[in-house]
Amino acid sequence: MTKTVDNKNRLVTPKEKSKKLGLLTAILFLIGLYAVLIALDNFIKPSTFTLMLIPVLKKGAIYSLVCVSMNLLNGFTGLFSLGQAGFMLIGGYVYAIFSIPASQHPAVYQYFDGGLIKFSIPELLGKVIGENAGNFIGAIICIIIAGIIAAVFAALIGIPVLRLKSDYLAIATLGFAEILRAFFQWNALGKITNGSNLLRKYTNFSDMKIEIGGNVIKLGTLFPFLIATICIVFVFLLINSTYGRAFKAIRDDEVSAEAMGINLFKHKMISFVVSSFFAGVGGALLAMFQTTIQASAFMSAMTYEILLMVVIGGIGSISGSCIAAFLYIACSEWWLRFLDSGYLPNIFGGENIAVPFFRDGFRKVVFSVIIMIIVLFFSKGIMGDKELSLSRIAGKFRRKKKAAASAGQEVQSK
Amino acid sequence: MAEFLNNNLQYLLNGILAGSLYALIAIGYTMVYGILRLINFAHGDMFMVAGLVMIFIISNGAPLWLGVILVLVMTVALGVVIEKAAYKPLRSAPRMSVMISAIGVSYLLQNCALYFTGGLPRTYPAIPMLKEKHTIGGITIESVFIVTPILTLLLVVALVLLIKHTKIGMAMRAVSKDFETSQLMGIKINSVISFTFIIGSFLAAVGSMFYFSKYTTVVPLSGSMPGLKAFVAAVFGGIGSIPGAVIGAFIIGICENLIKGMGEGWTVFSDAFTFALLIIVLLVKPTGIFGEKTTDKV
Repeated sequence: MTKTVDNKNRLVTPKEKSKKLGLLTAILFLIGLYAVLIALDNFIKPSTFTLMLIPVLKKGAIYSLVCVSMNLLNGFTGLFSLGQAGFMLIGGYVYAIFSIPASQHPAVYQYFDGGLIKFSIPELLGKVIGENAGNFIGAIICIIIAGIIAAVFAALIGIPVLRLKSDYLAIATLGFAEILRAFFQWNALGKITNGSNLLRKYTNFSDMKIEIGGNVIKLGTLFPFLIATICIVFVFLLINSTYGRAFKAIRDDEVSAEAMGINLFKHKMISFVVSSFFAGVGGALLAMFQTTIQASAFMSAMTYEILLMVVIGGIGSISGSCIAAFLYIACSEWWLRFLDSGYLPNIFGGENIAVPFFRDGFRKVVFSVIIMIIVLFFSKGIMGDKELSLSRIAGKFRRKKKAAASAGQEVQSK
Repeated sequence: MAEFLNNNLQYLLNGILAGSLYALIAIGYTMVYGILRLINFAHGDMFMVAGLVMIFIISNGAPLWLGVILVLVMTVALGVVIEKAAYKPLRSAPRMSVMISAIGVSYLLQNCALYFTGGLPRTYPAIPMLKEKHTIGGITIESVFIVTPILTLLLVVALVLLIKHTKIGMAMRAVSKDFETSQLMGIKINSVISFTFIIGSFLAAVGSMFYFSKYTTVVPLSGSMPGLKAFVAAVFGGIGSIPGAVIGAFIIGICENLIKGMGEGWTVFSDAFTFALLIIVLLVKPTGIFGEKTTDKV
């Protein structure tokens, strides 16, 4: 291996060098992305294109986070858990409950005498540090509380459930998610959860703005990306720590992992709690995105959808999960919309071609067929269990070049 | 006691009906799990598809008897096709992949149903035989309440006999004990698995006729909840055991309907109860009531 000496006289292997380069590119990419997102919100005129793009980006960021949180459990720790929707439900509700402005309580909790909790964290903060900053920081605090409460629930649920194996674990966590859904719809808790009615009027993405020198800068699109990035980077660091190695050991072989001195229950619990924390954060972001939240929407179908995204991205790949989440959301909300509309858009201009069987729901049929094809024939998904990295992309190009070069030589020799 | 019965008789009857229907579905789960170690998430959706097929056939003017036969045949065919297309290619894959495939099939069936119904709830045709009213001991009940439990029990007895005393039944028991060894003994594993799916789908189709005669609207999601509950029943009774599944199904059906009878505030918990029961069972006796104890070999 060729080693070079860096400016502090340390030996650097090429691998470390490419790692550094990768980190730099990632940071540059994120800065660029954030700049584009701020521009989208503030400087670019809204058109039909941006009207489609912005929600897709927001939702994609949220689902990336949720997919990564599920991947941490299913892909890295080998715990087949189907409780994600339940933890998102907790996160979303906790967020909403703590951020409904006091003046809106009588309207929101109209059947429950204005509810039990009569304050709102963004509003309280707003009185101290100004409305916009209060909303921004208050929302972050509420999101953290949402994550923590989801994590506490996960710790409680985990004690009994994590003793179970594979499919039993799946069905037990699915069951817990259903129980949670019932609890949040229970009228006796209506003073807090508003029973089976929806919660609304809380702080959402459009309230996210900051004031710099008299100019208001909207951060509605940036906000979910910011939170999601922080969380995903945390998961990434966790997976590459000693804990992460223990998770992977448990996934690959529980018995051997235990023999190597890994405390199975402790590590499973850490994985479960961390994953649920981020699912809770994802739920809170989803609540912000939707601007209303209702427990009945968090059905097991939601968990299945997230699971399918994880599978498409590759079980055990964080970058795969993010790519898949954006692709999935973009296809289902935007690119494949025409399948529901009754005609095929004519890309060469001219009139759209009417197709009789393109009607409501056809998009989902096509979608599920694609998913089945991926599950059956490309079970590794987009990324397999690898991560997106510069050296891999470069390696692919080099291989292609080599192949092209050798092909060229063959032609010459003939 | 007598007073309790008087107040809750309707709920109790509903419970027995629900229990016998869950039993029909649960058998499909328990048999497939016994052989493939797979939670067939699509089973509940097959039940829903059977309901839609019936609606489609009858609304096109076919007589009832033809509808019944066609529903049975088509559901069985669907079950076999799903097995061949979605589970067979993954036979040597990790268990998680097969389960994901099952979830994918369930998603596909639901979306197809959504497409063909246009998202509108459809009403199940009334089967006159099941709607007849009888008066017994001062209360009036429809005959579906009487016919269903009896038919369920008959089918279960027939199935147990089939498994205990026929060649294919013996093959099924062998396969569920040890997949590879039975293959070495010359059992055609694929035909045994297909046969399991045939029985499971047949019972689901029969169950769907009675279920939707009682709860007459069919929507794409109508299969998922009964399906999950039936699975819980199968786990409760000890997965792989048919009598266990039946008993589990009756307990769940009766309990959840009695909870519905407890009053307004409790209705939301009728579904949650089932899952709470599941978690308790898994913690206290993971093998279920009649399950055999197995140990994992390293």
